[in-house]
Amino acid sequence: MVVFFIMSFVGCLRLPETHPSYDDREIAGPVETGPAFCVETVLRAESICKSFDSHKVLRNVSLTVERGELVSIIGPSGCGKSTFLRCLNFLEIPDSGTVTIADDSIRRNEGPWRSSDEAQAHQLRAHVGMVFQSFNLFPHRTVLDNVMLAPRVVKHVAPSVIESEARELLAKVGLEAAALRYPATLSGGQQQRAAIARALAMRPDVMLYDEPTSALDPRVAEEVLEVMRALDREGMTQIVVTHDMRFARAASDRIVFMESGEIIEIADPDEMYLNPKDSRTREFLGASL
Amino acid sequence: MRKPVWRAVLLAAFALFIFGAAARADEPLRWAADGTANVPFTFHDPAEESHMVGFEYDIMQEIGRRLGREVQFTQNDWDGLIPGLQRGFYDMVADGIEMTPEHVEALDFSRPYYMTTERIVVRRDQAGLDSFERLGGHTVGTIKDTLAERMLRTRPDVTLRSYDEESNAFSDLRNSRLDAVLLDGPIALYYGEADPDFRIVGPPIGHLAYGIAFRKGANQELRHRVDEALQAMIADGALHRILARWNLWTPEMADWTGDRSVPNIVPTEWEHYLASTAPARGWTARFYRYVSFLPLIGRGALLTLMVSGCAMVLAVGMGLALALTRRYGPSWLAALATLYVEIVRGTPLLIQILFIFYGLPSIGIRLSPFVAGVIGLGMNYAAYEAENYRAGLQSVARGQMEAATALNMTHLQALRYVVVPQAFRVVVPVMTNDFISLLKDSSLVSIITLTELSQTYVRLSSTYFDYFGPGLMVGAAYLLLGLPFVRLAKLAERRLAVSERRGGRH
Repeated sequence: MVVFFIMSFVGCLRLPETHPSYDDREIAGPVETGPAFCVETVLRAESICKSFDSHKVLRNVSLTVERGELVSIIGPSGCGKSTFLRCLNFLEIPDSGTVTIADDSIRRNEGPWRSSDEAQAHQLRAHVGMVFQSFNLFPHRTVLDNVMLAPRVVKHVAPSVIESEARELLAKVGLEAAALRYPATLSGGQQQRAAIARALAMRPDVMLYDEPTSALDPRVAEEVLEVMRALDREGMTQIVVTHDMRFARAASDRIVFMESGEIIEIADPDEMYLNPKDSRTREFLGASL
Repeated sequence: MRKPVWRAVLLAAFALFIFGAAARADEPLRWAADGTANVPFTFHDPAEESHMVGFEYDIMQEIGRRLGREVQFTQNDWDGLIPGLQRGFYDMVADGIEMTPEHVEALDFSRPYYMTTERIVVRRDQAGLDSFERLGGHTVGTIKDTLAERMLRTRPDVTLRSYDEESNAFSDLRNSRLDAVLLDGPIALYYGEADPDFRIVGPPIGHLAYGIAFRKGANQELRHRVDEALQAMIADGALHRILARWNLWTPEMADWTGDRSVPNIVPTEWEHYLASTAPARGWTARFYRYVSFLPLIGRGALLTLMVSGCAMVLAVGMGLALALTRRYGPSWLAALATLYVEIVRGTPLLIQILFIFYGLPSIGIRLSPFVAGVIGLGMNYAAYEAENYRAGLQSVARGQMEAATALNMTHLQALRYVVVPQAFRVVVPVMTNDFISLLKDSSLVSIITLTELSQTYVRLSSTYFDYFGPGLMVGAAYLLLGLPFVRLAKLAERRLAVSERRGGRH
């Protein structure tokens, strides 16, 4: 809890900066100051609805995430948690609802998805990085190229700048030695860490993870989770759809429990595990633990 | 890395043909004939393949001289001669065109410049086929759309074989597939009498007149002046002298012109022809003859390569656009692309090329033969490439597009940097096949006046009655042309496959 307060405060402090290392700030941050006056909402989803054909996958899902938070979304398979995550960066287009990330906002009210909407989504996606269950690295490019590609073609940053940043990011996820290898030659854990580095290269405000460790065995998964914990310590805002209950409980600031396209309960990990308010939460956690 | 060089070559090629077309504007006397296997009318001098010769060629040169105009010869395939005339690619056709009632109805003709008859040619050792009546019960060859063919059609007791090229008829006569051929006098003389294996037998049969053809109703003034020139050439003996040099002055010509003089003229052209086509005896003579073919084959190969290369570039670009449209475009556009692919795949390439070259001028689109050939081949292969690329695009996992979108690439950027390069790797082997078959299909552009490799083979072999040596040489040329593409594709495959070499999934 305390760590969370510090984190959110630190998050507020570093706001003007774009790409610093935060370690000294963390130490310098005044511990006793409460979060109340400096909490900054970085992501707000309001009343997101989504149907596939006649099947309602999301019913009025709303969630607010503060800067620096790590929020885990759990729930049974098919509860809509992945769809909700994908609606946040418009990989799925919500039928209705509003998504606000940093200072960009898109409101959907049924109706067709126009190219002007796509342009707005393009702006909004600049704030979001995403990591997939199946990694989705580009197999025809080296790990380094994977990380450098988007900054180069989307942001048109000078190649020399991109490369040094990309190598820093790879070092951060422990892959500096694999920079020139092709994804197919890496283990699953290495591939997923490369995918995280690739997403970070676009300097997102929020990182979304869609079951990042589901395709990995537990030992390898730990490498990936460790990277996510390190990012959390640095103040990165992260939303994680996961089936890994131990990670959710140990690393999250808050846990969101979804079922049947609705958010049933949002709570601190300990509170949710020790004292779930809803019977469905209790049932799900009982079955999972 | 090679891109700039390629671009320069393409640009040069296009410039060459576009300016070539533009240069035609300064009013030379434009005429056409099929100079392939067309002895003695208009043909490539066997001793010097880049020179055109022939009695019609000489007559047209003489007319040009008398009209004070530069003469410009256009090579065109026999079947394309009249369509080309009607499209206005040239003003006149002089290629042994008979002034039959049907032809006179469809075309305007000058006064006749030559009168002749049909003659029977048989193998030298053969007897008993020396009149039209005695052809009954035998297999007889001739050229299609000629008086001889029409005459033979009236004889149900004769098995008729019609050929495009006289050289093929004589080749079959030599191999005993035919018992006799019935042909226009000049052809019988140059292919039959000139060859120690054959001889002309029996009396002349029928009567025919050759005239210079003009588009119906057009160029009245030019036709008038050509008539005057011909009249003058008959009056002052110039026509007689030309025909005598070719050993083609006939009793029919004497009757028609009233010119019964016997000028003291050596048939130099006839003798030159006999000398230069005499079968090469011994291996050295053969070898030197084959070596002399090399420049011609080289030129044919260059044209084949240029047409195929440009067509490939068009096919790849357009094919990719079609495939992307079908997979990612708006539905109405995708439907149009599908329609295009179906139409192009469902109709013969030959028809498409003829349509583009001869059909499009009807709606005001005139293309040079090179450009028409490239567009015809390119647009056809684009349809096939489109299907390949579509399969390739489908083989790229959906997650790739999502990952690129999540990295904030636009749709186009995702295609360009992520999806298309991966799809490309899948289709490279198929593309190689297509390109090699395109190289071979490029022989179809010979029907729109381009003398590429296949046409070179037809010409050489029919000039020398040698289908063997030139066949091997042209075949080798095709293989050599295809080889770099095979190597290139292997190289590309190897380079592209590096990422997957050590196995594993994406």
